[in-house]
Amino acid sequence: MLKDHAKLMQALAASGEITGRKKLQKMIYIAKKITFPFQERFQFHFYGPYSEELTLRMEELCNMGFVDEVKENKGGYYQYRYTLTETGKEFLSLNEIDMPCLEDCMTDMNEQSARFLELVSTILYFDSLDRKEVEEKVHTLKKKQNYTGEEIDQAYAYIEQLHQKAKPHA
Amino acid sequence: MHYAEQKLKEEKVFKDPVHRYVHVRDQVIWDLIGTKEFQRLRRIKQLGTSFLTFHGAEHSRFNHSLGVYEIIRRIVDDVFVDRPKWNKEDRLLSLCAGLLHDLGHGPFSHSFEKVFALDHEYFTQAIILGNTEVNTVLSRVEPNFPKRVAEVIGKTSENKIVISLISSQIDSDRMDYLQRDAYFTGVSYGHFDMERILRVMRPHEDQVVIKKTGMHAVEDYIMSRYQMYWQVYFHPVTRSAEVILTKILHRAKELYHDQYIFQQEPTHFTSIFEDTLTLEDYLKLDESIILYYFQMWQDEEDDILSDLCKRFVNRNLFKYVEFDPAKEYKKLAELSTLFIKAGLDPEYYLVVDSSSDLPYDFYRPGEEEERLPIQLLMGNGDIRELSRESEIVDAISGKRRTDHKLYYPEDLLIDDTTKKNIKKQIRTLLEL
Repeated sequence: MLKDHAKLMQALAASGEITGRKKLQKMIYIAKKITFPFQERFQFHFYGPYSEELTLRMEELCNMGFVDEVKENKGGYYQYRYTLTETGKEFLSLNEIDMPCLEDCMTDMNEQSARFLELVSTILYFDSLDRKEVEEKVHTLKKKQNYTGEEIDQAYAYIEQLHQKAKPHA
Repeated sequence: MHYAEQKLKEEKVFKDPVHRYVHVRDQVIWDLIGTKEFQRLRRIKQLGTSFLTFHGAEHSRFNHSLGVYEIIRRIVDDVFVDRPKWNKEDRLLSLCAGLLHDLGHGPFSHSFEKVFALDHEYFTQAIILGNTEVNTVLSRVEPNFPKRVAEVIGKTSENKIVISLISSQIDSDRMDYLQRDAYFTGVSYGHFDMERILRVMRPHEDQVVIKKTGMHAVEDYIMSRYQMYWQVYFHPVTRSAEVILTKILHRAKELYHDQYIFQQEPTHFTSIFEDTLTLEDYLKLDESIILYYFQMWQDEEDDILSDLCKRFVNRNLFKYVEFDPAKEYKKLAELSTLFIKAGLDPEYYLVVDSSSDLPYDFYRPGEEEERLPIQLLMGNGDIRELSRESEIVDAISGKRRTDHKLYYPEDLLIDDTTKKNIKKQIRTLLEL
């Protein structure tokens, strides 16, 4: 019952709080690609992998009162901050889902910038291609982001690091 | 003449209830329609289980795909042609991508994908790039053409204008299915002035935008979309049928892994159950096959599988009550325990269905770093997001509406021949 909602709540609980919708989308996508059993389906959009189901599910969690969404005015744009409410924590304590190592991975990803996670998720989206093709994709589809070769190297190393962290789960 | 430019001697037309006629002049398009992978779409319904709610909703992905192609044809041949920022070389790419955008849908797409963790977009790509008749036709245009078409459909092409014709907040896909689904379900929503919208579409940098003068036609489109979601796509009876369909597939999978001996062996499902599904296996699956199994499984010895199949085939669906997870999750746990005591497995007979379980989306404006909103091209050349100009769109698109329902088999709960007291407690909790 509401297992998919509970998984997202667990990810949020593991992260403490997540700032930015884009960051949230990328963190769940990366976690799913690494190994964790999130059910939301992602498609490639202008800013990389994006899941409408995830957006809807987060809206539901906010409407249920399990997740608190704070909209912050950052000058030229708005930013959204997500945390679990007390009711949410209580629900989760009764419906916990066994996802060992999730906390380690989510905490680590939460410390990264949204820009870097966008790069990591884009690389993972094209993981069936060889590295040269992936780099071409990054440079053509993410032209405006202007990622450097060094950043791409770091992203590949980071993916490997996350795989290691998630290993007991895999 | 090169294959890409070859025209049929005479234009072919398909009579269509939504667009009146679908016109085909290009040899490539005609050949693609004739492939077995495209013909397979005749056996996959556009609206899945909605036919159990709206008896007219028997139309297929084949109809819809032709409709999407026709809308794109009108845009590129009648509206974009000779416009600055439109590359005529992209015409055939746009037409092929529109025609083939749903090629990888499986039977009862959404439920099937959910249960077996499949993705129709993956199969669309696999059909276009694999050893198929579609690939053979596309490769005749140029060896790299299948890849270009696949990238547009997968939204990973650098050609953003062509992508936005097929997949954006106001695209040919949505414009066709809203009108087509309205027509076949028989509802009076879903109508808008598509001709007007097509006339005010303009290619602009990375996406298609709408001239400000066409804003009211777009408002109508957004309203149609909103009404169709709640009146047709999220209809609670359709959702009940989806719940049962999903549970049948889950049960069959569970029984297979438990070494249950089926009277009707699930041959077509074996590779899915064993996680060895190939493209060839996938292409053999369509709704006629699935319904055949459901028909046969009515006579299985497993009570749950047999009961669920009878419910689906004979439209004896689950009833529902509104459910508020925040206030009632403890009640749900209590109900679950009572269902077990009543001899009903809650995994199959007590199901929460949420609006996020459905594949349709709403228009959401201006969310930074997410999907691109509908942009209006102002008289002075500026670009403005739709809801900033339209009070009507602003009024409905900012509202969050989510919905949860609890589904259960009412007929089994009112049958007091067994477990009378427990069933009475369940009925009290469900307020029946």
